[in-house]
Amino acid sequence: MGLFVAQLLTGLANAAALFLVASGLSLIFGVTRIVNFAHGSLYMLGAYFGVTLMHMLPGVFGFWGSILLSGLIVGLIGIVIEICVLRPVYRAPELFQLVATFGVILVIQDLTLMIWGAEDQLGPRAPGLKSVVRILGEPVPQYDLALIAITPVILLGLWWLIAKTRVGILVRAATQDREMVGALGVNQSWLFTGVFFLGSMLAGLGGAIQLPKGGADLLMDLNIIAAVFVVVVIGGMGSIPGAFVAAVLISVLNVFGVSYLPQSTLVLMYVVMAVVLLVRPYGLFGREEKAGEHGQVGEPERPIRPAGMRGRMLVAALLAALALVPLFGGNFTQVLITDILIFCLFAASLQFMLSTGGLVSFGHAAYFGGGAYAAALLVTYAGSPMELAFLFAPLAAGLLAIIFGWFCIRLSGVYFAMLTLAFSQLVWSLVFQWYDVTGGDDGLVNIWPAEWLSGTTAFYYFTLIVGVGGIILLRHLTHAPLGYTLRATRDSARQAEATGINVKRVQWVAFATAGAMAGLAGGLFVFSKGSIFPNELEIGKSFDALIVVFLGGVKTLSGGVVGAAFMESAKDWLTRLEYWRLVLGLVIIGVVIIAPDGIVGTLRKVSERVGLRRSEEFMK
Amino acid sequence: MTAVLKVENLVKTFGGVKAVAGVSFEVAPGELKALIGPNGAGKSTCFNMLMGQLKPTSGKVYLNGENITGRPPRDIWRRGVGRTFQITGTYQSMTVAENVQMALMSHHRKLFAVRPYAYKLYRDEALALLDVVGMADQADRACAILAYGDLKRLELAIALANEPTLLLMDEPTAGMAPRERINLMQLTADIVRDRGVSVLFTEHDMDVVFAHAHHIMVLNRGELIADGTASEVRNNPQVQEVYLGGGTLYEQETADA
Repeated sequence: MGLFVAQLLTGLANAAALFLVASGLSLIFGVTRIVNFAHGSLYMLGAYFGVTLMHMLPGVFGFWGSILLSGLIVGLIGIVIEICVLRPVYRAPELFQLVATFGVILVIQDLTLMIWGAEDQLGPRAPGLKSVVRILGEPVPQYDLALIAITPVILLGLWWLIAKTRVGILVRAATQDREMVGALGVNQSWLFTGVFFLGSMLAGLGGAIQLPKGGADLLMDLNIIAAVFVVVVIGGMGSIPGAFVAAVLISVLNVFGVSYLPQSTLVLMYVVMAVVLLVRPYGLFGREEKAGEHGQVGEPERPIRPAGMRGRMLVAALLAALALVPLFGGNFTQVLITDILIFCLFAASLQFMLSTGGLVSFGHAAYFGGGAYAAALLVTYAGSPMELAFLFAPLAAGLLAIIFGWFCIRLSGVYFAMLTLAFSQLVWSLVFQWYDVTGGDDGLVNIWPAEWLSGTTAFYYFTLIVGVGGIILLRHLTHAPLGYTLRATRDSARQAEATGINVKRVQWVAFATAGAMAGLAGGLFVFSKGSIFPNELEIGKSFDALIVVFLGGVKTLSGGVVGAAFMESAKDWLTRLEYWRLVLGLVIIGVVIIAPDGIVGTLRKVSERVGLRRSEEFMK
Repeated sequence: MTAVLKVENLVKTFGGVKAVAGVSFEVAPGELKALIGPNGAGKSTCFNMLMGQLKPTSGKVYLNGENITGRPPRDIWRRGVGRTFQITGTYQSMTVAENVQMALMSHHRKLFAVRPYAYKLYRDEALALLDVVGMADQADRACAILAYGDLKRLELAIALANEPTLLLMDEPTAGMAPRERINLMQLTADIVRDRGVSVLFTEHDMDVVFAHAHHIMVLNRGELIADGTASEVRNNPQVQEVYLGGGTLYEQETADA
């Protein structure tokens, strides 16, 4: 009994930081519709500033003052981010901003490394709250009790702010219909900036307040962001009380999970999220998202046509050049291009569902890594020949996508995205924690290609044929009736249903197709590396694919492939530098601001403007 | 002759509000019938139940004698009901012709075909339909840059793609210029005459209604208060009171002149 209560209290105390960060993310999303990937980075900054300030300011006042100051500083940093990075891209296609926030993650990671160094910082303990209290015989840290007392106060404060003040009215109004709020004379940009300040400050406070329990390290940004997404989704996007309830739920669940189900701690959170979303699609306290009928942001998407003669010649020339690479390029170049081709296929598979189908997946790595693991498992345990295992990769990934897709397509918009994330994390945590079968963190090794494909050059050609073949196949599907049907469901689901199209079934087919093609890329990957590790299933991998599709141009057909090639090459160049993340982050932010239509989209527009290319006739 | 559409005692309640309170009517083959009434009378709710977007609380809908109550929209469409919406819902990223081709692909059950190129499929049929509504010259323009009136005509072409026996048009002329309204309704009347299609439409423009509708139904607070020819409805005192007005303004004007 005593242990039970102690664990409950630990869970409640852990909820404090999680709630602060989640409520900030929820506020920002509610008002600006920006999914701020960088929210975990703001949390990390809060922790680092907290450590520094606490060393400078002694005593009880110093400690609590440092927490408040950290929150304030991070809030100001949030303002800088909003004004410099996000404001220029509000008019860009929906979700484009998340690419920018991804750039911010990279920049903050390296800046933190520069300023505070690579070593983990120990969190100072709170003056006057350093000992433990015995409750039912179990020791409970005093600071935990303080956190348990503080969290409801913050919740109440936020509730008061949202429910009772003029600022709160504006925030709630903007959450429902930001265009209307703008039309009623509210200065939208300053409202957005204000909300960004508030949300960032909450993240900073969260980072500083957990210092005595967790300290500060360079991994805490990505470590918390997944949990924060889960909390926000379970609670309901935009709901502060929801974030509180969900933070408590998840934290308590984690503490009990560690003691009673140590093999499944990671899975637990995502299982809960998936169940909640399936029972209550908009979270515990969320409301149905009503898509505004205000017309779209930015330029309309254009009709598509197969590439003309010039385009085909260009692609043929490029393929010929790639085929000649082994004659001139060394091993290193071939390996690099193999990697790029695999990533291009992976990105193209996501683009098929994301651009053509409007289905934004945050968890596409599940099918890439899933395919790779499926092949690797078959080789490891059945000793099957490479050819068979390779074919099994897209099959298994496709099957996985059929199962997960069946659940996901019931939801739409950001909730769809979150459910895909939940499922991919499910796969990841399963692989990570089921050590006996998957090797856990050690991965599966010695997965080599068959005799006739061994050697860098042989596998290079294999990847070239399969990878390019896969990309062309996806492109053909896009131009086929199936692709058109998919575009129809994206453009107007209502019209599609009213003309005999089963929207959900079409989306399901697209989901499965994209999954299978990602699995094909995964199959290529595992045999090119000879091994597979759980990090190929991580959120980061899913985000990579998402980022390159937007970076290349979400409203184009070749954006994903071009973006992937750009990103892999840039990474290859930049990783030679010490602070490559900083540079890559700045490059991403730069591209986002200079080319809001993505690389391909912007090139198309510019070449039309300077007369290199005729504007397409259907736009006249 | 059996009715194309037969509605029996249709009811829809939202919470405690009876939006549609027991509506029964029929639409005969080749008939152009209007459903009018003040805002909030339940016209759109009625339409959404006929087309399957809403499930009725009670009551039955028969299409050519077959019970279609509560079936999903795509099912009802496959049985030969075309629909146009109050707010157009065309596919923005396709050309005008492709919008019609899309409906034709659905009609010919080619939705899941995987051989390119979709933009060549059923193009001639699509152009013929566009010709019917006078849009053939704009066939290759992107839908996103069309004028509103043209979108409405495009919707009509799309609705004709599956050779419907019944067209449901929800405020077909809303948001159009007066001249365009007359043209669109003339077009609809021609289609009814040439193709033997029945049309049920809602409308607020009484010029349009009285000029073209063979029969007019008046809905008020979820109940039908009149169902008859133009002159019957015009002279119905209850209709005048709740919707058309007493005509005093008109009388006043003629007296002044």
